[in-house]
Amino acid sequence: MGHKAPAIADRPNAAQDIAARLGKDLLETIDAFDELAFVVQRDAIADVLQILRDEFDYQQLVEIAGVDYPERAERFDVCYHLLSLTANHRIRVKISTDEDTPVPSVTHIWPVAGWLEREVFDMFGVIFDGNTDLRRILTDYGFKGHPFRKDFPLSGHVEMRYSEEAKRVVYEPVQLAQDFRNFDFMSPWEGADYVLPGDEKVAGEKVNGEKSDNGKSGGGK
Amino acid sequence: MAELLDEMEGRADGADPTQGDLDIQNYTINFGPQHPAAHGVLRMVMELDGEIIERVDPHVGLLHRGTEKLIEHKTYLQALPYFDRLDYCSPLAQEYSYVLAIEKLLDLEVPERAQYLRVLFAELTRICNHMLNIGAHVMDVGAMTPNIWVFEIREQCLEFFERASGARMHSAWFRPGGVHQDVPLKLLTDIADFLDTFPKLFEDAMSLVVDNRIFKQRNVDIATVSKDDAIKWGFSGPMIRGSGIAWDLRKSQPYDVYDRMDFEIPVGTRGDCYDRFMVRVEEVRQSARIMRQCLQQMPEGPIASTDRKIVPPKRGEMKQSMEALIHHFKLYTEGFHVPAGEVYVATESPKGEFGVFLVSDGSNKPYRCKIRPTAFSHLQAMDFMCKGHMLPDATAILGAIDVVFGECDR
Repeated sequence: MGHKAPAIADRPNAAQDIAARLGKDLLETIDAFDELAFVVQRDAIADVLQILRDEFDYQQLVEIAGVDYPERAERFDVCYHLLSLTANHRIRVKISTDEDTPVPSVTHIWPVAGWLEREVFDMFGVIFDGNTDLRRILTDYGFKGHPFRKDFPLSGHVEMRYSEEAKRVVYEPVQLAQDFRNFDFMSPWEGADYVLPGDEKVAGEKVNGEKSDNGKSGGGK
Repeated sequence: MAELLDEMEGRADGADPTQGDLDIQNYTINFGPQHPAAHGVLRMVMELDGEIIERVDPHVGLLHRGTEKLIEHKTYLQALPYFDRLDYCSPLAQEYSYVLAIEKLLDLEVPERAQYLRVLFAELTRICNHMLNIGAHVMDVGAMTPNIWVFEIREQCLEFFERASGARMHSAWFRPGGVHQDVPLKLLTDIADFLDTFPKLFEDAMSLVVDNRIFKQRNVDIATVSKDDAIKWGFSGPMIRGSGIAWDLRKSQPYDVYDRMDFEIPVGTRGDCYDRFMVRVEEVRQSARIMRQCLQQMPEGPIASTDRKIVPPKRGEMKQSMEALIHHFKLYTEGFHVPAGEVYVATESPKGEFGVFLVSDGSNKPYRCKIRPTAFSHLQAMDFMCKGHMLPDATAILGAIDVVFGECDR
């Protein structure tokens, strides 16, 4: 007996039944950590969720989560978490998309999807086709960019302060009082992809100024 | 407007209105962002027809701090305190989902005593949270005294948190693998005494409210939500139970030792604000019941996993043993590595289903940590819940949602 995380009831044959029903819309079934996940065709997502709600009793849409993998061609994963109150079961349905390709909205199936899609749009810039109210939701009015993308800096691009001269809040480019310190504490055998001081001699010739941002780590200054 | 100006200038007669003067337009007001009944920073753009609410557009995000982004830049242990700061009225309940998610990815076994301690303090958190919400709700609809009384209880709860973890609110006491420190026996006996004494004060305060005519007038049949609506709007916690669905993750998907606890799930009958309020009142009693069982059954033993690759050794040990010193150093600098994978773990926080969707890439930092807040879906339903009600009902509805913006906006 290992962990004591929430015990989700066993639903035998759920994976096979759903796979058989979804047919070619299903790309992959992932069964890991006692959780079922289905990767499906992007364009079929609304139909798939409708089927899962009406035929497999997943009544509630709990969450829509975006994940960014910038190295992939379709960089975003959109994960729909469904909950069945009657079968006491959870599944995850995943699709992938990129910055420009819209994802069909599921607001007509669950009204709760409205804000959840707005959040994914705000944070990642995924466009939902059919969501009539796709405004930003968590970020500031007039915010630019999509902050949860991996290429968006942690500090953001602008900072604001109250200006006594202008008598209002003004936005200015971020100025960090000290360098952003992203320590890499991984052990040198797995994490380090930088040249340790002295290592350049091994290569036979001196690497000129080749010191990535990570090279500052560990030292503290 | 033109007619009004004409009237003020004496060009028209208000006492003898023409046809045009009778046209009343809906008007739009801002409820918040700074409003004492908004429970934080919520801006609601309301369209009113007289005093009747026609449309509500909640603008959230004024407390957005990018917690999920910050977590991606921290090790698993460093990210833990961020969870206290989400729903700052029930800090330990948020940590709970997070540590369980990590334990699920690691498949880490937690000693029994730690499981009991976590359940005990999660339920104490629930009482603490409900004291705030019950008090705030009755104050939103006009009663003052019960709020002050239940805050006395909340203060006692916060003292217990302080004695267990050193911090009144932001405890950071749950850790992957158990809890941070053991509690002294005196604290457990004091909690037992508290469980015997607080019901009197609590029932006194509730006796002022639950049968109070004014309180009922303000809450009964306000914002009635049917079972179907509760499901499709993604309700959870007291909101879904208030609508009559006996859904409680502590019962249906038990974690830690909740499967050994004997408690009831209160449900509402009409799905209005009064039901949601009464569900919370009953949950306080049930929480006290769970806590008593925890205190009775709690065994002696370790309070955290003895897996030294995940749980750091105590300081005393670290001063004595070279191996402990190495582990201590490695865990507090590099941190532990979590196997690659994705889990979604949701627990029953006092406000509803609080979920953590953790994506690990096998390194020492979460690749993505999506937090599923409770208030987000509840607030979204404000529009349909408020429609047709009076403006002052909006505060009662908001109070019954039990919204905290640290969690909603993240």
